[in-house]
Amino acid sequence: MKLTLKIWRQGGKYNGEFVTYKLDNVNEHMSFLEMLDVLNEQLIEKREEPVAFEHDCREGICGSCSMVIDGRAHGPMQGTTTCQVHMRHYKEGDTIVIEPFRAKAFPVIRDLVVDRSAFDRIIQSGGYISVNTGQAQDANAIPIEKDQASRAFDAAACIGCGACVAACPNASAMLFTSAKVSHLALLPQGEVERKRRVLAMVAQMDAEGFGKCSNVTACEAECPKEISVSNIARLNREYLAATLAGELT
Amino acid sequence: MSWFSKFITSSIGQKVVMSLTGLFLTLFLAVHLLGNLQLLQDDGGEAFNVYAYFMTHNPLIKTISYVLYASILLHAIQGILIWRSNKAARGTHRYAVNHVRSTERASRNMAWIGIVIFVFILLHLYQFWFQMHWGNLVYVEYDGYTHPVKDLYVLVADSYKNLGFVVFYVISMGVVGFHLWHGFWSLFQTIGLNHSKYTPLIKGIGGAYAVVVPLLFAVIPVVMYLKS
Ligand code: HEM
Ligand code: SF4
Ligand code: FES
Repeated sequence: MKLTLKIWRQGGKYNGEFVTYKLDNVNEHMSFLEMLDVLNEQLIEKREEPVAFEHDCREGICGSCSMVIDGRAHGPMQGTTTCQVHMRHYKEGDTIVIEPFRAKAFPVIRDLVVDRSAFDRIIQSGGYISVNTGQAQDANAIPIEKDQASRAFDAAACIGCGACVAACPNASAMLFTSAKVSHLALLPQGEVERKRRVLAMVAQMDAEGFGKCSNVTACEAECPKEISVSNIARLNREYLAATLAGELT
Repeated sequence: MSWFSKFITSSIGQKVVMSLTGLFLTLFLAVHLLGNLQLLQDDGGEAFNVYAYFMTHNPLIKTISYVLYASILLHAIQGILIWRSNKAARGTHRYAVNHVRSTERASRNMAWIGIVIFVFILLHLYQFWFQMHWGNLVYVEYDGYTHPVKDLYVLVADSYKNLGFVVFYVISMGVVGFHLWHGFWSLFQTIGLNHSKYTPLIKGIGGAYAVVVPLLFAVIPVVMYLKS
C-alpha cells in the first residue's frame, strides 16, 4: 500500500517542522515500527538523516516506543503500544501524522524521541521498601487476598511509557504516579513506607513540572495498559491520608 | 515550609481546594433554587419577599453568605491559577492533530466555562444582590409581619419583562449545567472518593443534577416573562 507520512523532524538540519515522506511498498503485516524502519532504510540510502524514534522490546512491554500518531498517543488502537500497531489498520492512500509526545517535562531530544527521565526520578523518589533479607522468602509467606493481589497487579502493569502525560491536556503525570503508588499501597509489602512514599512521589511529580489532574480521563483512554483512573482517586486518598493523618516528622 | 503550606501548594492540595469550594457552590445552587422557586407562587411576591428578608437578616445565613463569597473568589482564582500552570506544563508546542473524545468536552473547558460563569455571577449580583442591599427598593407590608420588607420581587419581575435578560439567564444556566456535568463527578474523584459500587451512582446523580437544577433555574425567568 502507498502511504503519506508527515513526521515531526527536530535536530540536525531540522528546526522543528513537519516533513512529508511518501512510502509505496508498505505491507499490511508490518508493524508500525517496521514501517518506520523501511522509511529509514530509504532515507539512509538517499544519504539523508533517518527519523529518530525510540524502541526496544517491540512486544508491548518496555514502554519506549513513544510517539503520537494522528493525535493519539501510541496510535489508534485501544490498549496497544505503537510497536503492537500493525499496518493492516491502515488503507491505501492514507496520510499519517506522527509527532513526539508533547509536555514541558518531556523535552524533545530529537525527532520523535523525548526525554522521559522525569518518570525515573518520580520512581526513585519513592525509595525502597523494607523486606527481610536472608533466605529467599516463600512466595506465599504473606497471605494476600486474590482480588487485592489482582488490583495491585493491574496497577503494576504500568510500563512507564508516558502516554498518559502525552494524552493529557494538562500534561499531568497522575495516572503514572497513581499506578506506581497504588501497586505498593495495595500490598502488605508496601505498608512500611506507605506514607513517606506517596508524599515524596507527589512532591517529585510536582517538581518535574507536570500539570494538575482535571479528571479529563484522556490518560485512561490512551493508556496501552488500560490503567484505571480509579488509581488516581486512590493516589488522592493516600496523599490526603498521609498529609492529614501522618505525624509531623 | 509547614506541612499545611506544603499540602495546599501541592498539585493535589490545590485541586482539593477546587473540589471543596466546588462542592459548597454545588450545594448552594440547590438551596438557592428552592428559595427562588417561590418567585413562581401566585401571591404577588409575598413568599419570596419574606424569604429574601430572612436570608439577609438571619445571622447564621449571613455567616454562610460570607463563606459563599469567599468560596466563589477562591474557586475562581484557584481555577485560573491551575489553568495557567497546566497550560505551562503542556509546553510551547501543541499537537498538529488533536483527538478529543466527546466525553471530554466539558472537562477540557472548565476554565473557559468558569470565566463565563464568573461574569454571569458579577452581573447577577449587581442586578439583584447589590440592589437588595444598597439599592432604593420600595418597602411593602404584609399582614402578620411587624416590619416592612423590601420588594425584591418587583425588581425581579420587572427585569424579566426584558426578553434580553431572560435569554441571558437561560444561556447562563446552560453554561452552569455544562460546568457541573463534569464538575459534580470530578469533585468526588479529587478527594479520593471513587468506588466500583458508588462511582457509577455519583456519575448518574451528577448528570441528573447538572440538567435538572439549571433547567429549573431557567424556567423561572421564562415563566415570569410569559406571565408579564
Ligand atoms: C455556580 C458556580 C460554580 C460551581 C457550582 C462550580 C463547581 C465546580 C466543581 C464541582 C468543580 C470540580 C472540582 C474538582 O474537579 O475537584 C469545578 C471545577 C472547576 N471550576 Fe468551578 N464552579 C463554579 C464556578 C466557577 C467559576 C466562577 C470559575 C472560574 C472563573 C470556575 C472554574 C473552575 C475550574 C477551572 C475548574 C477545574 C479545576 C480542575 O479540575 O483543574 N468555576 N467547579
Ligand atoms: S499509566 Fe499507562 S499510559 Fe501512563 S505510563 Fe503507565 S502504562 Fe503508560
Ligand atoms: S518497543 Fe517496547 S513497548 Fe513498544
